[in-house]
Amino acid sequence: MPRLHRNNPDPTLTKPKISRIEFNWYRRARLGTRDGLSLGRRGHTHRNHFSPRGTGPHADDEAPPPPRAPFSLLSFSLYLRNPQPHSLSSSGGTAGAMAEEDAPEVELSGEQKKEIAKWFLLHSPGGEIQYVAKDVRSVLDDDGAYGEAASEAFPAYNKAQMICLDMPRGMGEVLITSFGELEENQFLDPRTAQVGIVDHVKQVCTDVRPATDEELPSPYIEEFRCALDAEVLKYVGEAYPKGVCSVYSTKGKDVEGPGSDFELAVVIQAARNSPQNFCTGSWRSVWNIEFKDDIQILELRGKMQVGAHYFEEGNVQLDTKHECKDSTIFQSPEDCAISIASIICHHETEYLGSLEASYTNLPDNTFKVTIYFPRYFIKDLLGRFHGILTYLLLERHELDFPLKKSAGY
Amino acid sequence: MEAALGLMRRMPPKHTETALSALLSLLPRHSSDLLSQVDQPLQVLCDIDGGKEFILCEYNRDADSYRSPWSSKYHPPLEDGTQPSPELRKLEIEANEIFAIYRDQYYEGGISSVYMWEDDNEGFVACFLIKKDGSKTAHGRRGYLEEGAWDAIHVIEVGPEEDGTAHYCLTSTVMLSLTTDDESSGTFSLSGSIRRQMNMDLSVAEGHLCNMGRMIEEMESKMRNSLDQVYFGKTKEMVCTLRPPAEVTQMRMPES
Repeated sequence: MPRLHRNNPDPTLTKPKISRIEFNWYRRARLGTRDGLSLGRRGHTHRNHFSPRGTGPHADDEAPPPPRAPFSLLSFSLYLRNPQPHSLSSSGGTAGAMAEEDAPEVELSGEQKKEIAKWFLLHSPGGEIQYVAKDVRSVLDDDGAYGEAASEAFPAYNKAQMICLDMPRGMGEVLITSFGELEENQFLDPRTAQVGIVDHVKQVCTDVRPATDEELPSPYIEEFRCALDAEVLKYVGEAYPKGVCSVYSTKGKDVEGPGSDFELAVVIQAARNSPQNFCTGSWRSVWNIEFKDDIQILELRGKMQVGAHYFEEGNVQLDTKHECKDSTIFQSPEDCAISIASIICHHETEYLGSLEASYTNLPDNTFKVTIYFPRYFIKDLLGRFHGILTYLLLERHELDFPLKKSAGY
Repeated sequence: MEAALGLMRRMPPKHTETALSALLSLLPRHSSDLLSQVDQPLQVLCDIDGGKEFILCEYNRDADSYRSPWSSKYHPPLEDGTQPSPELRKLEIEANEIFAIYRDQYYEGGISSVYMWEDDNEGFVACFLIKKDGSKTAHGRRGYLEEGAWDAIHVIEVGPEEDGTAHYCLTSTVMLSLTTDDESSGTFSLSGSIRRQMNMDLSVAEGHLCNMGRMIEEMESKMRNSLDQVYFGKTKEMVCTLRPPAEVTQMRMPES
């Protein structure tokens, strides 16, 4: 004997029971919505809220609760009009008169899909673009649009993230940066004077060739560049467990001797990706150094960017940026190098220190206090909460409760 | 669908809305799943009759209108919008009052709302929402943050009453976003969301609200601690792994 349902007091009626909420959903679907997101926001039953929300997928191979079969608006409308035992699965081609009632499902153009795919790819956290790419490809369901998006997004992403690729035949490593870009997929490594040919989408270096003389700086510039490179390499080796660096000649690379200004750029990158621990992070710093010959001064401008992403039971991302300036005197290549490296070291260490201070201060001064300040929770609030839970600041004293005995705790 | 959820897990939390609307336009057939499984920052509307603000979410929406917990009316008006049954509405009013006090105690400000509706299994579902803007310009009284937002969504599914006990399933999501901007440390921005679940079977002797309140309080405490560990702990650990603090490494410069 079926249970009496409040919407269907007489179980002998042949009319299938329709809960009030489902009916409202249907009516809502008929009314439609006014905003541009109508496609997405329609057909949303309260019922769906009870699907196990879960704590989100943990790893890429572990599936979240399987989605139910897509609920077809069309079939539901038909179902209500013809109250017969009817499964709620998609009912093929009986579009008929109901078709006009549905808002047309606008198919996105290839161009729109490409833009969306590109947006997702470009906003991937450091080191995760391949995972994002896999998901985007699946969601997009249009390999042509994906291919175009990837060919545009990957180069931009690789340069922004300054990824480091191994060159074949043991030639060393090349950093993908806009400073070292000779052509779309050819990147110079000044240290070894080699040019790596890169496949952006696969993120590998497929070939390597020696750099031509035109691509390299003049011997005068190279003296400065090389000395600085050696010092920065030493610094990075000590300060960063997994850091890579490079020094590029950005302006005036053909300057033959004293009398002209030129510029060098120092790029430092450290990345740590452990997807199995649901954690990735990257440190990128770029230092532009202007060698001003006339006033015999070096001006440095540094830009540091740190990112971290933790995604075990949610999605937490850190994004910080900092800029600074400094200057020093123009000296011999070796002395310049030492002085530049120590300035870089000083500023980066200071920045790290202030990051740590932010972390300590934020929770104490703002997070803990401004947003959420645990205090005493008054017992018997309004006589309704028999709250025998008393919390001291950040400490909990759990009193003996029937609560503890229930299994689900 | 898994791919969609995977994407939402990786996109910067600041861009949740853009990412979600992109996914909705790509996968219109999964829209209800996406909307119920992905949490977006909460928005607020003002209830003109009640003179107070209330929080907008999927749970008090019908077509394009949202139901205010204070007056139970839809904004913009909707003649036959879904309403909870009278008993549930009474419970809802009570819950709103209590939750407002709870919110004041713990958050010193902010906006809270409670919504309830019946489900098909003779039980009901309650949704407790809190939104707090702790930035300098809004409710932040200790004014450090350029931007600081705390959004908490607690959904409790209450099963039918059997032998004086009921089963409660609480799913909590907290979305937090902090940004500081100052001279010495530049822009520092930390944001994200965490979700936890808790199941309990409790006696209904003291009423549903009592049980639900206790569960939420416990859960929020736990989440606050884990937020501390995750947000601050893990990301700080990552930064220190990339570049260990200066005490560990000394610049050993050769004499030249």
